[in-house]
Amino acid sequence: MLEVIWTTVKLAGLTTVLLLIVATPLAWWLARRRTWWKEIIAAVAALPIVLPPTVLGFYLLIALAPSSPLMSLLHPFGVRTLAFTFTGLVIGSMIYSLPFAVQPIRNAFEAMGERPLEVAATLRATPLDAFFTVAVPQARRGFLAAAVLVFAHTVGEFGVVLMIGGAVPGKTEVVSTRIYSLVESLQFAQAHALSLGLLTFAFLVMLAMLLIERRAGQAAS
Amino acid sequence: MITRRFKILGLAAFSALLAFGAAPALAADTQVAVAANFTEPAKNIAAAFKAKTGHTAILSFGSSGQFYTQMAHGAPYEVFLSADADRPKKAEQDGLAVAGSRVTYAVGRLVLYSKTPGLVDAKGAVLSSGKFEKLAIADPAAAPYGVAAVQTLTKLKLYDTLKPKIVQGASITQAYQFVQTGAAELGFVALSQVINEQGGSRWLVPSSNHVPIDQQAVLLYTGDKNPAAKAFMAFLKSPQAIAIIKRYGYEIR
Amino acid sequence: MSVSGGGLQARFTGRLGDFTLDAELTLPARGVTALVGRSGSGKSSLLRCIAGLTRLNGRLVVDGQTWQDDRHFIPTHRRAIGFVFQDASLLAHLSVLENLRYGQRRAKHGEAVTFDAVVALAGLDGLLERAPGTLSGGERQRVALGQALLSQPRLLLLDEPMSSLDADSKAEILPVFERLHQALAIPVLYVSHDVLEVRRIADRVLTMGQGRIVDTRAMATAEQAFAGFEPDKIRRLALAAHLAGLDPA
Repeated sequence: MLEVIWTTVKLAGLTTVLLLIVATPLAWWLARRRTWWKEIIAAVAALPIVLPPTVLGFYLLIALAPSSPLMSLLHPFGVRTLAFTFTGLVIGSMIYSLPFAVQPIRNAFEAMGERPLEVAATLRATPLDAFFTVAVPQARRGFLAAAVLVFAHTVGEFGVVLMIGGAVPGKTEVVSTRIYSLVESLQFAQAHALSLGLLTFAFLVMLAMLLIERRAGQAAS
Repeated sequence: MITRRFKILGLAAFSALLAFGAAPALAADTQVAVAANFTEPAKNIAAAFKAKTGHTAILSFGSSGQFYTQMAHGAPYEVFLSADADRPKKAEQDGLAVAGSRVTYAVGRLVLYSKTPGLVDAKGAVLSSGKFEKLAIADPAAAPYGVAAVQTLTKLKLYDTLKPKIVQGASITQAYQFVQTGAAELGFVALSQVINEQGGSRWLVPSSNHVPIDQQAVLLYTGDKNPAAKAFMAFLKSPQAIAIIKRYGYEIR
Repeated sequence: MSVSGGGLQARFTGRLGDFTLDAELTLPARGVTALVGRSGSGKSSLLRCIAGLTRLNGRLVVDGQTWQDDRHFIPTHRRAIGFVFQDASLLAHLSVLENLRYGQRRAKHGEAVTFDAVVALAGLDGLLERAPGTLSGGERQRVALGQALLSQPRLLLLDEPMSSLDADSKAEILPVFERLHQALAIPVLYVSHDVLEVRRIADRVLTMGQGRIVDTRAMATAEQAFAGFEPDKIRRLALAAHLAGLDPA
């Protein structure tokens, strides 16, 4: 039981960190660019919200199967498929939770407006310098919100893991699929115990993150 | 003379009643919960059922475990076609099903299947060779095909060696998807899933390797007063139904 | 503070929204030049063009360096300017001290303007540990000025720095700006819509209307020219000023 929870925590944690890194440039681009087609990109990035997770998982299964063009790029490195691997789950989770990272960060960048960056430029900060020393700190609350959402969303992820996981102990068996399996086999007592454990843990983590967010907000004002 | 005319009229009326009135006046609906792996045959059986009796079987497809939980909490299913024998047994024990109504409607066969031609030989020796990365099975906790797969591997004394290579699908459908997409090079699936597949390679696992995959049906108390429900249960054993069931790769006990 | 600099020569033309900017101006190597005009006359736009924050066709030479012409455009962060915005000039996530250091750390031309000198000029003692959000309007603008100066600019631009302040804050901050034309050896361009405000701050006044510079006149000579006027002439002048869009009241 503990191993399952640990795998879940690892998955959610790693997905959160990686997704913050990946989503930030995209959110920045969406917040600042003025091309007519940027909202098309924004809509595409928001698609994972709309697609049923099992459908998303199904397409991922096809994309991660050995015969897919994507996987053939990895064949020379001895990787046959990313299905049933922790790496595959991380990739799947990142796609699944992408909109929950992009949206808050984009909003935070937009709320900041142009002025702080103009000020930084007049003080001789290069665009990259201004991004790290002004934009990122000022968008702090957006990053925190994104982290909370992505973590929570990934802990609760079920459909995608179901489709590409394979329940490999220690690698792709997470709490949500284990609970499902227990209910399926009518082992309700264990299902209750695991659910309670998951809920408690997730609640504590989220509470912690929200408190941090609140402190950060107070410090700023 | 009058009496004779009355008799003929009476007979004619009675025949008319029988011919036109009897069936529609008595036709009813029944709610049937069907294990997902039996979807296609069930649809065919329901159609034949309607043609024969005029009753409509309203089918719902899903996992046996989910159905059981729902039924235990008052879901209005009247007939339950499970993927295994355990859940119907439990339904009887828990007082949800009419005692003595439990029947085996189909017997599943396990197949070791691969999309790749030539991978699986007719005796399943590929398992001992270990020349593959992933072997898919259904979750044994949830599906009888998974249990059968584990039993087969244990009988062949290969379970412990192959355990690291096993990936589990939440259902037999999932296990099949893993094999279909090639993510798992081979896997233990249901014969009914691959009976119409032309390519690939397979080993029909002899039934002696595992506990029989008896798929059983029960009449639930909710359907005890419904003639359509009872008729459906009986129809499962009819020659038409049996022919359909066999056509989809199941056996009959 | 004794960095010497050359002057500024600028010319910009282009469309901005619903009016056309077509302005040419020259600034001497030191001294405060005021740019006045009513809202919408293009003075802030011209200032932003000089800063590189807005890009229009034109030519800009500062202290002998070409910052913009047909083929080149040096972006804002590579121009040695100091810019004081009308409001929200400070970085909200940094303390006053960190704001001041932000410009100082990135300055490219050594330490002609020292930290202590700036704190003295702008009266920033006692504000250093504060957060920008807790400062009054006047305090914020003084810090903004200090921040801009510490980046060792060759040109100081101020965009209506007192316009969002109330009367008390204006009175508090005016002495600081008055000291500028003596303390700095670089050109200073001060934009305002209030011609009386600039009277005490600037050496020369340029007037803008509808995207063009319409009048250049040294402050001192203007004072001289008006010195002996009779009330009647003053009234007519006031009317003319009013019609030109300036507010002589």
